[in-house]
Amino acid sequence: MRTVRIIAGLTLREAVRRKIVLAALLMGSVFLTVYAVGFYYINQDMTREAGVAPLIAFKEMRNFILMAGLYVVNFLTMGMAILTSIDTLSGEISSGTVQTLVAKPVRRWEIVLGKWLGFVVILTLYLLLMGGGVIGAVLAISGHQAPKPLLGLSLIWLNAVLVLNLSFFGGSRLSTLANGVLAFGMYGIGFVGGWIEQVGWLAQKQAAVHVGIVSSLLFPGEAMWKRAAHELQTPLVKALGVSPFSFQSPPNNVMIGYAAFYAAVVLLLAVRKFGQRDL
Amino acid sequence: MNDTTPAIETIGLRKVFGDKVAVEDLSLRVERGEVFGFLGPNGAGKTTSVKMLLGLSAPTSGRGLLLGSPVGTASALRKVGFLPEHFRFHDWLKAHEFLFVHGRLYGMNGQALKTRVPQLLDLVGLTAHSEKRLSDFSKGMLQRIGLAQALLNEPEVVFLDEPTSGLDPLGRRLVRDIIRDLKTRGTTVFLNSHLLSEVEVTCDRVSFVKHGRVVQTSPLKSLMNGLLHVEIRAQKITPDTIAGLRRWSPTVDATGERIRLELSEETFLPEIHRYLVQQGADVYSVTPQRISLEELFVQIVGSEVGL
Ligand SMILES: Nc1ncnc2c1ncn2[C@@H]1O[C@H](COP(=O)(O)OP(=O)(O)OP(=O)(O)O)[C@@H](O)[C@H]1O
Ligand SMILES: [Mg+2]
Repeated sequence: MRTVRIIAGLTLREAVRRKIVLAALLMGSVFLTVYAVGFYYINQDMTREAGVAPLIAFKEMRNFILMAGLYVVNFLTMGMAILTSIDTLSGEISSGTVQTLVAKPVRRWEIVLGKWLGFVVILTLYLLLMGGGVIGAVLAISGHQAPKPLLGLSLIWLNAVLVLNLSFFGGSRLSTLANGVLAFGMYGIGFVGGWIEQVGWLAQKQAAVHVGIVSSLLFPGEAMWKRAAHELQTPLVKALGVSPFSFQSPPNNVMIGYAAFYAAVVLLLAVRKFGQRDL
Repeated sequence: MNDTTPAIETIGLRKVFGDKVAVEDLSLRVERGEVFGFLGPNGAGKTTSVKMLLGLSAPTSGRGLLLGSPVGTASALRKVGFLPEHFRFHDWLKAHEFLFVHGRLYGMNGQALKTRVPQLLDLVGLTAHSEKRLSDFSKGMLQRIGLAQALLNEPEVVFLDEPTSGLDPLGRRLVRDIIRDLKTRGTTVFLNSHLLSEVEVTCDRVSFVKHGRVVQTSPLKSLMNGLLHVEIRAQKITPDTIAGLRRWSPTVDATGERIRLELSEETFLPEIHRYLVQQGADVYSVTPQRISLEELFVQIVGSEVGL
């Protein structure tokens, strides 16, 4: 466990030294500022024209903008997960940096797990900052609170961890570039599958629904966002299903369990491959 | 594990990449405290052999023991140091941080490292650069810090894969001194090198490898004491005199006033000198020339340049 701690610390230090943390903080603050200012003015306009629209529409409008913000946060966190970790195994293998690490009295799985933990810490802090920032800004400005914010953020977190583990899986056996193609490709499959399923529901095409389910099984990342969006939705919009963030068939708990299982298996395969391969 | 187990012992280690045999059959025994030179042309399988011994790559077949533990196990590496051929490190670390982190990976505690790290920086001449990031290091500086890294845990066996490839003459001398120092401490050194002059002054025993196979292993002393080349400059030599020299040397190569001989023993020299004078020759010089390791290398592994 000592080694895991050392390597996790090294990973965090690398993120700081290479200014990844700084860039993320900087861009994060810019995003949050733009978001908060934008939300402030929209909210102000809505309140001024209060006579025209029924009061209930305010709440829906605010939640809609909240969802839009979290959608971007979901996307950014996932991007962080891929971009920060895509090179960590494959890059150190191809440069030979890993050789002096592995030639120490350590086990290879400790190195993989240490790196993984380091990235999970970075991701979690980033998500808390960004997601918390969006939810907090909306709350502070309008007093509107998202339904089930913690559950929503946890599902977004699971999506990011899925992508992270996939990038470890690829990094233990592919070159950095091929790994990038794999990670984005798998995400794309899940993403497009989600929409096909959605359209399939609306058009009552069972085959399309099946395609969507299969693609979610291939990579359940986007399904986690869909469930998160469902949880963050107000009951009214949920019932009406009239926003781009409302899904006819939110993934159920079995799918969440499947995603967690998927993440664990993919990480295990990464550990195994890294443990066996020539370095 | 006790101190009588050999430092390194391999039986039929073999490594195949696809259909390329990198190491054919490595059977070696390196005793504790030996400085062992591992020589061979490019692509002979030296680096691959070291990687197998360190558990970096898995042997296709065969067995190996490092300090009595099977190669590839973490415990075998506790008392081992390694400087890789392509020394690349986390270059966003400062020099002292790099040594500290690697020391921690050896299981050393912070207290021990507080004294050990400055010691090593001093040893490799990098004290003034302790606060510099490795990304700002030159190639030779990186190799030096890599060497310091290999000595952190006061290892019992050190693997150096071409440790002087990036070093200036001073750096080379430094490595030579470090190896000598390690030897006096009883550390085993496994040295991969092309720089034969270096091997010549540091190694106790050398192996020559070619196409992944050890073609010869001998103590350096006996190698160097092998044939003695002598060049004689003399005038008034008759063909009979030259023929008479065959008593001492299987080959006699005479051109003009120069005669080249190959002697198996140094003690023949005064005898030859006496013989020439008795035959009425005017002897200007008798110059023994040690065969260089480079010549031996060429003789043993062959001189074809292609791989
Ligand atoms: N990962 C690999 N995949 C395929 N072939 C490899 C691999 N590593 C080494 N080889 C091959 O194995 C042979 C031995 O390589 P190795 O690096 O051990 O040679 P070397 O003796 O260290 O050479 P040099 O003196 O140039 O460092 C070479 O022919 C090389 O092409
Ligand atoms: Mg080599």
